[in-house]
Amino acid sequence: MTTTSAIRLSGVNKHYTHFQLNDVDLRLEKGHIMGFIGPNGAGKSTTMRIIMGLIGADSGHVEVLGHRVPDEQVAAKWNIGFASEDMRLYKAATVGWHMNFMKSIYPSWDDDYALALLSRFDIPADLRVKGLSHGQRVKAGLLLALARRPQILLLDEPTTGLDPVARTEVLNELIDVVADEDRAVLFSSHNTRDVEQISDQITFLDRGRIIDSRDKETFLDSWRRIRFEAPANFDMPELANVTSSQLNGRLATVTTGSFGPEITETLTNHGAVIQSVDNMTLEEIFVSEVMSSRDGGAA
Amino acid sequence: MEPEFVLSQSDGRPMYLQIIDQIRLRITVGDWQPGFKLPSIRELAVSTRVSVITVKRAYQELENEGVIVTQQGKGSFVAQIDDLGLRLREDELEQFLSQAIDIARSLGLGSEELKTRLDELLRKENSK
Repeated sequence: MTTTSAIRLSGVNKHYTHFQLNDVDLRLEKGHIMGFIGPNGAGKSTTMRIIMGLIGADSGHVEVLGHRVPDEQVAAKWNIGFASEDMRLYKAATVGWHMNFMKSIYPSWDDDYALALLSRFDIPADLRVKGLSHGQRVKAGLLLALARRPQILLLDEPTTGLDPVARTEVLNELIDVVADEDRAVLFSSHNTRDVEQISDQITFLDRGRIIDSRDKETFLDSWRRIRFEAPANFDMPELANVTSSQLNGRLATVTTGSFGPEITETLTNHGAVIQSVDNMTLEEIFVSEVMSSRDGGAA
Repeated sequence: MEPEFVLSQSDGRPMYLQIIDQIRLRITVGDWQPGFKLPSIRELAVSTRVSVITVKRAYQELENEGVIVTQQGKGSFVAQIDDLGLRLREDELEQFLSQAIDIARSLGLGSEELKTRLDELLRKENSK
C-alpha cells in the first residue's frame, strides 16, 4: 500500500432544512495538523461528525486511513479519537471510572500517559462528572481521547472555554501527537491564534463551503497589506486578488491574497510611494476571505 | 522536552523568520559550530511548539542561503564555512545598511547626502 491519507473527503454534501454542506473536499496527510476555522454555524461540527460516521452524508466520498466511511466505519473508528464540547460523559460517574471504561475497550489505552494528563490538565479523578467545571469537563473529554493514542485525533473546539494555561497544555499535547509521523490531528477552532501556531494545514469554512484550504506557510505568505501614498488624481490599477482597497486622502491601503513583487511594481509605476508592506495575522486573513467570499459569492 | 527556541506571537514577523534568526544567533555566538547537527524538523517543531511546516520553511531558507546543509537521510548540519559566525554578523550589518539606503531614497536623499549623514553620525559616536 502506498501512502494513504489520514482523512480524505471529496464532493461531500449534506442537506438540512436551514443549513447545507456544499461539495466539501478535504485532504489531511499523516504527520500533519489541520486547523479548521469558521464562524459559528459554518459546518465544522457537521463535517467532523460525517468523518466520524456519526452522520451520513447525502453524497460524496469519505475515507479515513483508507477505510470508507460509513461502510467500513468500525475499522476506521479504532484509529480515531474524537472529542467535542457536547460529548456526553456519565454525570454520576467519576473521571476515573471513565478512564477504566475506556481502558477496557481500547487495547491501545496508555495508563501512564492518562495519569500524566490527569495532573497536567489538573482534573480530579475521584470527582463525579456533575461536580466538574465546564473547563474540567472539556479537558476530561480530551484526556479520554488522547490517552487512547489513536492514529487520528478529531477534536471539535478543543480549546474553547479553557483558561490560557489549560489552552497551552492542550496545544502542547496536540503538537506532541505529530512527533509521530504516522499520526494526524484535525481540530476546529474559532481561535485563530491557536490554529496559526500549531497547524500545518489550514482550512477556512463559511456557510457550508470550503473557501480556502492550503498549507499554512503558503497561506500566510500570499497575503499582504500594502500602504502607500497616492499621487493626486490617482487611478487605482487592476491588481490580482484584491479583497479591499481604500483611498483616504492621499493615503491608500490595499489588501491582497496573491502578493508578489509585481504588485508593488505596478503601484510604483502608477506613481504610488510605498510606505509599508505588512504581513497579516491569520485572523485578519480569515476575516478578509470571509468578507470577500460573501460579497463575491464565488467559492 | 525543554523548548529549544522561544518565539513570540506579538512579534510582527512571521514565525519562520523568528526561527531563522534564533538559529543564526546560535551560530553567531558559537553555540552551534560548523558541522553541528541540527535537531530534526519534527523534533524542533515539537520542542518549540510550532507547526512542522514552519520549521521546514525556516530550514529551507537557511539551506538556500548556504548557512546549513541537508544530507538525505542524515539530517541538517551547520555549513562547514570558516568564520561563519562572523560572516552572518556582516550579513546582518549589510541588511541594516540596505534598509538605510531604501529609506534615504524614499526621502529623496542622494548617495553623497547619505554618506555625509553617516560621517556626521560616526563623528558624533567617536567623540562620545
